[in-house]
Amino acid sequence: MKLLNCPINGTRPLSEFIFGGEYRVAPDQDSCSDAQWAAYVHNRNGSPGDKKEWWYHSPSGTWFIAERNTLTDKVSRTYLLSNANLNPALESAQ
Amino acid sequence: MPLRLLKYALSKEHPAPRFFKAHETPKKSYDVVIIGGGGHGLAAAYYLAKDHGITNVAVLEKGYIGGGNTGRNTTIVRSNYLTPEGVNFYDASVKIYEGLSEELDLNLFYSTRGHFTLAHTESAIRTMRWRAEVNKHVGVESRVVGPDEIAKACPQLDLSCSGQAPILGALFHAPGSVARHDGVAWGYARGADRLGAEIFQNTEVLSIDVKNGKVCGVKTNKGYIETKQVLSAVAGFTPRITEMVGLETPIVIHPLQACVTEPMKPWLDSILVSGSLHVYVSQSSRGELVMGSSLDPYEVHSTRSTLDFVEGLTSHMLDMFPFLSNVKVVRQWAGMADMTPDFAPIMGKTPIEGFYLDAGWGTWGFKATPISGKTMAQTIANDSAPDLIHSFRLSRFEDYELTGEKGAASVGH
Repeated sequence: MKLLNCPINGTRPLSEFIFGGEYRVAPDQDSCSDAQWAAYVHNRNGSPGDKKEWWYHSPSGTWFIAERNTLTDKVSRTYLLSNANLNPALESAQ
Repeated sequence: MPLRLLKYALSKEHPAPRFFKAHETPKKSYDVVIIGGGGHGLAAAYYLAKDHGITNVAVLEKGYIGGGNTGRNTTIVRSNYLTPEGVNFYDASVKIYEGLSEELDLNLFYSTRGHFTLAHTESAIRTMRWRAEVNKHVGVESRVVGPDEIAKACPQLDLSCSGQAPILGALFHAPGSVARHDGVAWGYARGADRLGAEIFQNTEVLSIDVKNGKVCGVKTNKGYIETKQVLSAVAGFTPRITEMVGLETPIVIHPLQACVTEPMKPWLDSILVSGSLHVYVSQSSRGELVMGSSLDPYEVHSTRSTLDFVEGLTSHMLDMFPFLSNVKVVRQWAGMADMTPDFAPIMGKTPIEGFYLDAGWGTWGFKATPISGKTMAQTIANDSAPDLIHSFRLSRFEDYELTGEKGAASVGH
């Protein structure tokens, strides 16, 4: 991967971007156990495969989601975070 | 001339002695199965046999021995860490390394050079003082030195770094050394083989059988092996192995790249590290400059090389050594570093009975090869981890008792 498509600014060189880690959903902090919270804080899905990740376009200050395979380093799509974007099935149903 | 050499003069046959037996098919069962034939796995096999008399051991290596991160690091051995737990652990490793060529009867070209971690800022000096005091307290020879002493040890260094990042001082660590990294794997392999362990190359683990929370076997591309004890010592492949047993860890994989120049006459005695310039460099016994830098900035399970890396690294090398501008880089490569959030390894027992982890070696694994082999052998033999690696246990994350070693990483990652 040398180029990345920013949803706002289009295709830009990778050096303009900062990796923000995998997109993760926090457990409900009022109801989850201490062990569940510790696992959320520290543990990561480290095995290779298709992942949703946070990326940041530094010059424009844009945080967005990239779907990338961490084995092949190929990005399949990038988009701004919204419920509809994270659940394409939901979107098409509406 | 030794007689064993003379006999080859009289004979027409000159067979190269094998380092270890070429086993093809594993037996039906072993007492211990070690996944990963790198330095760590082979050292564990060696110490299991030597210290604990456990010889019914199989080492399974998916490629060839020492072909992973053991053969991809920049071979630096040091113990100038930040936490007393870390300093004690790595110091124990340095002490084994110092006598290892003799113990394994193989010249590892272990060469004590002295190790300078250069400080270009006041805050770096502060960290160096902190590390020096912790090191001294534990009995490890480290001290903060000024530019004069650095210039004396390495007169070729431009102390102003092209005026960009003048060097204010350094953490000097006298025991800092380099060694032949593949020799370490081969030496331990031969030692383990002689004591009875069996080494299988081209043997990939496909799944691990766990029943009622206990390990009972390993499925490989060469058949099924029954065993009650499995050690995973696979560095960058750790998440794939832990996924097989359903174990969650904080480990993420980032490539770490390195490169070497063409060989030169010896001129660089010391090992030099600059955190600010993201460079570490030493000169190998072959005369090449061995250079490394920081981690690649995002997760990839690949050993691909990039031009960005070598451009960035060499421009910083030229800040330090302008006279190298005509020297050629002849090779570059990468390894998959299994990074942990606190820059300390994950070693010892896991919630799965009989499944032991020697992982999270990120960018700091080679120097720990002997002591990790020894302590993991102890952990497996006694089913209990020794005190020396207590701070590296997997459960430290659940206990929020991290072992913060990021300040001792060779460069800012």
